[in-house]
Amino acid sequence: MIDRSLIVFFTASHPTPEKTVEFMLTSANAGADVIELGIPFSDPVADGKTIQESYVRALRNFRLNQVFDIVRAFRKESETPLVLMSYYNPIFRYGERKFVEEMQSSGIDAVLVVDLPYDEAGDFVEICSTAGIKNVFLAAPNTPENRLRAIDELSAFIYLVSTYGTTGERDRISPLAFDALKRVKGICRKPVAVGFGISKAEHVRELIKAGADGVVVGSAFVRLINERGEGAKEEIRTLTERFKSCII
Amino acid sequence: MKFGEFGGRYVPEVLIPPLEELEEAYSRFKDDEEFRKKLDYYLRNYAGRPTPLYFAENLSKEVGAKIYLKREDLLHGGAHKINNTVGQALLAKFMGKRRIIAETGAGQHGVATAMAAALLGLKAEIYMGAEDYERQKMNVFRMELLGAKVKAVESGSRTLKDAINEALRDWVESFEYTHYLIGSAVGPHPFPTIVRDFQSVIGHETKRQIIEIEGRLPDAIVACVGGGSNAIGIFHPFLKDHVKLVGVEAGGKGIDTGKHAASLNAGSKGVLHGMLSYFLQDENGMILDTHSISAGLDYPGVGPEHAYLKEIGRCEYVTVNDDEALEAFKILCRLEGIIPALESAHAVAYAIKMAEDVGKDGILVVNLSGRGDKDIDIVRRASGYD
Repeated sequence: MIDRSLIVFFTASHPTPEKTVEFMLTSANAGADVIELGIPFSDPVADGKTIQESYVRALRNFRLNQVFDIVRAFRKESETPLVLMSYYNPIFRYGERKFVEEMQSSGIDAVLVVDLPYDEAGDFVEICSTAGIKNVFLAAPNTPENRLRAIDELSAFIYLVSTYGTTGERDRISPLAFDALKRVKGICRKPVAVGFGISKAEHVRELIKAGADGVVVGSAFVRLINERGEGAKEEIRTLTERFKSCII
Repeated sequence: MKFGEFGGRYVPEVLIPPLEELEEAYSRFKDDEEFRKKLDYYLRNYAGRPTPLYFAENLSKEVGAKIYLKREDLLHGGAHKINNTVGQALLAKFMGKRRIIAETGAGQHGVATAMAAALLGLKAEIYMGAEDYERQKMNVFRMELLGAKVKAVESGSRTLKDAINEALRDWVESFEYTHYLIGSAVGPHPFPTIVRDFQSVIGHETKRQIIEIEGRLPDAIVACVGGGSNAIGIFHPFLKDHVKLVGVEAGGKGIDTGKHAASLNAGSKGVLHGMLSYFLQDENGMILDTHSISAGLDYPGVGPEHAYLKEIGRCEYVTVNDDEALEAFKILCRLEGIIPALESAHAVAYAIKMAEDVGKDGILVVNLSGRGDKDIDIVRRASGYD
């Protein structure tokens, strides 16, 4: 699923479900290898200001089923892999089983639940794997070896958080990221994608050079949509192409 | 680690190691002789423990049952919060952390944190929802006088839950040298257990005192429940006894109006702030805004141990509306010369309702968790003055 991949993040229903589909398709057609679709949440503790703002806007007129409508519409026109990103409560409230059924029937490939570490995810992982949905777990620079091994076991790929902090654009990549990447690659067999704070072309280049199997860019795209609203399409295309050119 | 299905550790992976470090440190120090000695010293000489168990004679006569008040309002800072902040700040010190962060709603926990940090020479930063920051200027100033830095949180609904979100975001960046001093029996494991243990001093004292005075255990104990730390503190030592335990949630303007903070009575199971518990949420799993006349009860969730105690039927959880709490506030002022916190007034209101059931020989203990000086303005306005 991940091999020198550019993973681009969008917030569902930001600014509208229809526009989200358009932005996802634009990015996929411009070279994004995987699209990560985030479910907006009222209390996103892992997210910085940019993504928080997108959630506030998306939630003004939100129903969880919009997410699956977005996926269905996207799937009509693209086979680009889709990772769904969510906080746990919307899934818990919806019902894990029903949620996984919807993921499966709409065409989602994998799911990452930010605040559901694997110790709490037993049932969810089982329901997902029965339905053929892959799981992705987070790892961080401070994740000890025994936990990395467990994460490696359960994950389609490992989503390595680059730093101690929330999502959001940063001037440079934390030195922690490179040490962590080396350590995680040494312990885990699954591909490793690095995310949080990856917002510039040179970040992408440096991380791929350092051995990352993928990079996740979120806030840089979400900020465009915060600023440009429905008219962000062209800039999303350009930005995707710029990031993609650093990988090839 | 869990209370039945409730509690747990629903946090991003990066917070697992700091939570494990905290759990390990807590189990090492909680029975450590030096730690116990210091904690006991500060609780006694700094915070003002033990607090009296006061027989409210006039109120008892008026309502027809024996009502005792556990006087946590007499503690330093004016509320039970100091039991927890001194305990956790000392723990932070033993862990070698040099900085403390905390969330606060109206400012009670923030002030108690700032006090404990000043006492132990730790740096303190307090997150406060921007709305609360505006409404509680005096408490902001109080915290600053005590040497803490107060940060107004502009995100989300700009209240307590958002202050917790922001404190968690800070902790993700700073855990190596920072302890998150959470203010109620909420959050990911081991916080609900740590806070409950530090607050259990209330229940242990109450048990000793009531047996000394009355020669028997009370018929019921009543405490208000927001996050639930004062309630779990007084309930916990009585869980195995034949004593009715009643938690009182904020009914706000009435459960039917949707303007309340009664997550156990009107919420549903969910996951927020690292724990599985009861929350006020919409059908998409988004957390709802709350309302209570009492800022300390204005939280959309509740500690996981309360969720469990409700589930197994050991404790009963009821609601008291703004108006009833106000009325009880005034009754206690007039009859006993005690100005209770509006939070605690919820418990007083329910105890008055229960009096008839237990009769004149019945014994009720109310946890008077805080004093009401902070609420004078709110009560004044609610009474039609402006």
